Amino acid sequence: MKEYFRKYFMLKKHNFKVGVKKAKRAKMCYLFLAPYAILFITFFVLPVITSIFFSFTYYNILEKPRFIGIQNYLSLILEDDVFLTGIKNTLLIAIVTGPLGYIMSFLFAWLINELPRWIRTIAVVVFYAPSIAGNLYVIFSVFFRGDAYGYANALLMDLGIINAPILWFINPTYMLPICMVVILWMSLGTGFLSFVAGLQGVDRAQFEAGYMDGVKNRWQELWYITLPNMKPMLLFGAVMSITQAFGVCDVTMALCGYPSTDYAARTIVTHLYDYGFSRFEMGYASAIAVVLFLMMILCNKAIQSMLRRVGT
Amino acid sequence: MSKKQKKEISENGVYHKKLIKRRKPNRSIWGDFFLYMFLMLMALIMAFPMIYAINSALKPLDELFMFPPKILAKHPTLDNFSDLFVTMGKSWVTFSRYLFNTVFITVVGTAGHLIVASMGAFVLSKYEFPGNQTFFKIVTVSMMFTGYVTAIPNYLIINALGWVDTYWAIIIPAFASPMGLFLMKQFMEGLPMSLIEAAKIDGANEWKVFMGIVMPNVKPAWMTLIIFSVQGLWNNRAATFIYSEERKTLVFALQQIQGGGIARTGQGAAVLIVVIIVPIITFILSESQVLETMASSGLKD
Repeated sequence: MKEYFRKYFMLKKHNFKVGVKKAKRAKMCYLFLAPYAILFITFFVLPVITSIFFSFTYYNILEKPRFIGIQNYLSLILEDDVFLTGIKNTLLIAIVTGPLGYIMSFLFAWLINELPRWIRTIAVVVFYAPSIAGNLYVIFSVFFRGDAYGYANALLMDLGIINAPILWFINPTYMLPICMVVILWMSLGTGFLSFVAGLQGVDRAQFEAGYMDGVKNRWQELWYITLPNMKPMLLFGAVMSITQAFGVCDVTMALCGYPSTDYAARTIVTHLYDYGFSRFEMGYASAIAVVLFLMMILCNKAIQSMLRRVGT
Repeated sequence: MSKKQKKEISENGVYHKKLIKRRKPNRSIWGDFFLYMFLMLMALIMAFPMIYAINSALKPLDELFMFPPKILAKHPTLDNFSDLFVTMGKSWVTFSRYLFNTVFITVVGTAGHLIVASMGAFVLSKYEFPGNQTFFKIVTVSMMFTGYVTAIPNYLIINALGWVDTYWAIIIPAFASPMGLFLMKQFMEGLPMSLIEAAKIDGANEWKVFMGIVMPNVKPAWMTLIIFSVQGLWNNRAATFIYSEERKTLVFALQQIQGGGIARTGQGAAVLIVVIIVPIITFILSESQVLETMASSGLKD
């Protein structure tokens, strides 16, 4: 046994030495990577680590962080009913807008794929523009204004469906659905571009081969030829969709107010903002961030394993 | 059929362009019809808020409050935009200063991001060294985390560096945006290694290879990095990091006008257009290059 361990460690040591030697030879590479790596670690990795650290402490910026174990997590789950509303809303928004936005991105990319080039360019701009339009979504507060002059109310009243204006952004029943519509409107983002580009790159010969082998309609072609070819883009698009679906807070804050009536439009990120930047309970806010991290990573793993089955 | 072939045939006078392109064998006319109708409808719905916003920015005041409201402006004017400049001209910090702040942040942040991310992407895609796979995996995972999640520790870090209330608080973190490195690396994978080796045999060192061979060959990817970076920085309100009025960004100042109530409705609509115009124009100009880059954006497992 002792002999075994000795050999094992010698092997490890040898591997390490080889690694160091390789690293020495690749000095140039590290120099090239260094500027990016340093900045990336400082502004993207370190925050995650500090978040995890602070989530186990009580920290209000003025005093030194005080270690309190998992108290933050316990309070989050057991005592904070607003947080539970937040989780419920975030999951609801993620479940509706995530997959729907993803499918919309792919569907539109696929439909415009066979159009002539210049029409396709216009279509890409039209579909992609909302997602880069900054806060243009505040225009929806005009459409859904709470009085009889709002377009949605006026239309519904003219048609005789309702006889009093609906307070779209104050009535909790309507808040989330409207926010979802707005988020869907903005959901054709980077993933969509990736799909458009990926579809252009699918080898034409495969389609020809498909006709020979008896692919009957466009849907079969989609499932058996296009989708399997698009797997890498589909994975990339999924990552983008998850980011968007779980990170919702701008739209709900701008449209429904902050805080919204009865906290009905509260999401996890809004809650994080509330504790981080209004109440300065950094430890508690970090715990919320960690919960969100975990949700995103789990969701990503689940989707990756699902996408592996596409086209089989 | 390539263009060259077509040309050859037409010169011989044999080739005639067909009026209706031969259809793929597995497409039905009705399927096409309904799908394209659906596509048109969706495009209209998607474009509607944009069209509405542009029109209300062009409406004179009396049309803005007309009832029943019209979607299209009857007598389009640029009054709202000139009013906007008048209002901005009266502010304590001048309009040009806000504009300078945003342009400075956008230009420096984008340029730095382009250089730093390309350098990293170059070695990650073209050389084998211990740790490159791991590093790239971490970058891919970090693409998932929106900025909000790390906002608090980020603030603490910027504070520790003493950058609060300076431009650097916005510019430097933008250098390290994971999306840029990811797209650049995926695109550089497509460059043939022989190109680099040939240059090396000719006696060029890594830096020369990078500046002389690699960078000129990945121009489409530049445009993509630029567009993503410009989008992020131009729309950055920077409200968490910058407190001094003279260092606030244009978007922040403009959005305060939006909050000005009923009397500022027209100007508010003009603000929306001013804010979105830069990202959208950059995108339209670089669309084909962006798509060329995105073709290599896939994630392999």
